[in-house]
Amino acid sequence: MAEREAENDMAEPRVTLENVSKSFVLHLMGSTRLDVVSDVSFSIADGCCTVLGGPSGAGKSSILKMIYGNYRVDSGRILVRDAATTVDVATAAPRAILRLRATTIGYVSQFLRVIPRVSALDIVAGHGLEDGAANLARARTLLRHLSVPERLWALPPATFSGGEQQRVNIACGFMALKPVLLLDEPTASLDDRNRDAVVELIEDRRRAGAAIIAIFHDAALRERLADDVVDVTRHAAAVKETAHE
Amino acid sequence: MTSSEAGRDAVHEGPRAAGEDEAAITYNFAYLDEQTKRTIRRAILKAIAIPGYQVPFAGREMPMPYGWGTGGVQVTASIIGPDDVLKVIDQGSDDTTNAVSIRKFFVRTAGVRTTTSTAEATIIQTRHRIPETPLAPGQVLVYQVPIPEPLRFLEPRETETRKMHALAEYGLMHVKLYEDIARHGHISTTYAYPVRVGGRYLMDPSPTPKFDNPKMDDCPALQLFGAGREKRIYAIPPHTSVVSLDFEDHPFEPTRFDKPCGLCGAEGVFLDEVVLDDAGGRLYACSDTDYCERRRAEGHRGEMLAVAPSYVGRADGADA
Amino acid sequence: MTGATDISRLASDEPLVEVAGITKYYGERRGCEDVSFDVYPGEVLAVVGESGSGKSTLLNVLSTALEPTTGEVRYRLRDSTMRSLFAMSEAERRVLMRTDWGFVHQDPAQGLRMSVSAGANVGERLMAVGERHYGRLRAAATDWLARVEIAADRIDDAPRTFSGGMRQRLQIARNLVSGPRLVFMDEPTGGLDVSVQARLLDLLRTLVADLGLSAVIVTHDLAVARLLSHRILVMRDGRVIESGLTDQVLDDPAASYTQLLVASVLQV
Repeated sequence: MAEREAENDMAEPRVTLENVSKSFVLHLMGSTRLDVVSDVSFSIADGCCTVLGGPSGAGKSSILKMIYGNYRVDSGRILVRDAATTVDVATAAPRAILRLRATTIGYVSQFLRVIPRVSALDIVAGHGLEDGAANLARARTLLRHLSVPERLWALPPATFSGGEQQRVNIACGFMALKPVLLLDEPTASLDDRNRDAVVELIEDRRRAGAAIIAIFHDAALRERLADDVVDVTRHAAAVKETAHE
Repeated sequence: MTSSEAGRDAVHEGPRAAGEDEAAITYNFAYLDEQTKRTIRRAILKAIAIPGYQVPFAGREMPMPYGWGTGGVQVTASIIGPDDVLKVIDQGSDDTTNAVSIRKFFVRTAGVRTTTSTAEATIIQTRHRIPETPLAPGQVLVYQVPIPEPLRFLEPRETETRKMHALAEYGLMHVKLYEDIARHGHISTTYAYPVRVGGRYLMDPSPTPKFDNPKMDDCPALQLFGAGREKRIYAIPPHTSVVSLDFEDHPFEPTRFDKPCGLCGAEGVFLDEVVLDDAGGRLYACSDTDYCERRRAEGHRGEMLAVAPSYVGRADGADA
Repeated sequence: MTGATDISRLASDEPLVEVAGITKYYGERRGCEDVSFDVYPGEVLAVVGESGSGKSTLLNVLSTALEPTTGEVRYRLRDSTMRSLFAMSEAERRVLMRTDWGFVHQDPAQGLRMSVSAGANVGERLMAVGERHYGRLRAAATDWLARVEIAADRIDDAPRTFSGGMRQRLQIARNLVSGPRLVFMDEPTGGLDVSVQARLLDLLRTLVADLGLSAVIVTHDLAVARLLSHRILVMRDGRVIESGLTDQVLDDPAASYTQLLVASVLQV
């Protein structure tokens, strides 16, 4: 731990959140405003796994989504360092965010978004950055590691069970080696054996120097993997009811 | 029968009082008024200046219905002079109805000399064929054209075809040829075969057989085209390049006949098929009657003449 | 989202199309008002909205089928010069339409020659730019029919004999054979059966990604937008009320109308 802390002091952080606040304005419900997070700041270094802590509904998933550019940021900055520059995801142009996703940020969401007609193998291989054959080979390795039965590889995942879909999702996230990896409850629907397989992947990634930000509901996993825990509710505000015109 | 006799032989007229009919009907030289001839000549000049381009013109009502060569007649009427010698052919022959009527028309209204000899004529008006005898500088070939627009059957909108010509967008024509090859294994258009004139405009050569297309290329004579119903005139000046459209791997090939003419033995000329009897007898004879006559006058004999001399008279129009 | 994206294409910082203040009025009626955005190489932009939103008007102006009342559309030619589309002559625009652009109509009959064979439909653009070798034309047509999953033995059949989905795929082949850089699509899956739609979307997704095309796709179907596009413009009453990264706008909509649209989509 001390070693890693020393490394952190020397290296520039990979991801930095500065005073990030977000709320939803629900126009369909009389413009109710729902505060999600308020004034959150932390940073993550390469080779570290930071776990986001806090109760359910505290905005943990939203933070991951904001880092990925999937959610908007009301105020504050989210700085992500890629090879050449540092990008503020909160204000970046869509193209820049797409570029960041392609090269720098990997994401395993809670739910797999299914595309019709494409086989599980092709979906996973499509997340690779190398040539076709190499991508397919790596996809097979990952699916095998995650115990996705081979008979399912040629099928589109729409009819898979929740756990199977989640494992396909995880495989997608681990295809390309990217400096940042965002994990949202990656082991939620998995049994012990598969959970351990995922932990192996995460530890490999951390050893390879990835900056990992994760949400785990499982306390034991948190113990095992977290180098750092950030409580996102530290500065959270209460829900406000405001009527807007 | 001389041309002047043909002019005075009014087959369908009854007896007339001396001088009465001739005095009552006076035509301007070649029927059209001089102002009309000038507008048509202007259109012709424009057409010559832009080879292959269809020039619209203010066509007049002629004393014959559309479909009977009114366009060709207006062109001829606008350029003919008292010293001209006129030949009129239809499908290569001087003695079919169309040719005879038009020749009579010009004799009646212009009093010009007419001939069946290609070499002697200064103006040749033709429907659907080009004479076999090579043309010379100073001659004018006037074609009768039904539908001047080569793209009409593929693109019915005039607004579109005009743009296509303006922008030289002729891919559609090749689409048609592609379809032919896909369907029949070869380009199946056998007449009115589209050509590119002067490397620029796509042109319909009128319903002449594709056999005749090579004659249009680098021709020493002036070629004029008149479409009466559509009111368009186009032209190919002498010695202009005229290239038939094709594909690199399906090049243009004029029709080949595997027999010579049954009457005069000519080879490499366009032949008509003549049904002789109801037992399947056929004669393949020169479509160009003048050409065939000349060859026979020079002593050439084809297969048919060697075998059945009684057909000689029928083939060249006189009664046996 | 659309999966892995070619990084090299994203790296380009020069827009392919610049749309500036496009306004189109039909007399008193507003078609669209003050629409501005850029399209970059390799980027797919979805324009969504309900009927009367102005999305089709916008597409027609962009593809120069309509002239705008005010505003400018600038396009980057292959030699990298930026030209204002409506300052060009019609001849130049027609050349662009044949070589650089594609337009996939909602009704494939509008974008095809229905009585001419499939092979000729695909080969026409090649013939229009000077291809004169029958064998090569046929090979190109066969290749493209395979890419859009039309059986090779249909090459000599006319699209009149094709189903709706097949006609649409043929239209796509006809447009893409000339290697365009920008493709306009107007409700490309409109009117097709669901399974046919899925096949077509999958095809479009793959082709657009493989060929690095830019595209502007008008659709009322948010699922189509999510599957195919990188960015999205939401239109209402002729105005753009929200725009941005597609998954962001659909997952975290800001404008109330966008929230309404997203909430209105039925889940299966």
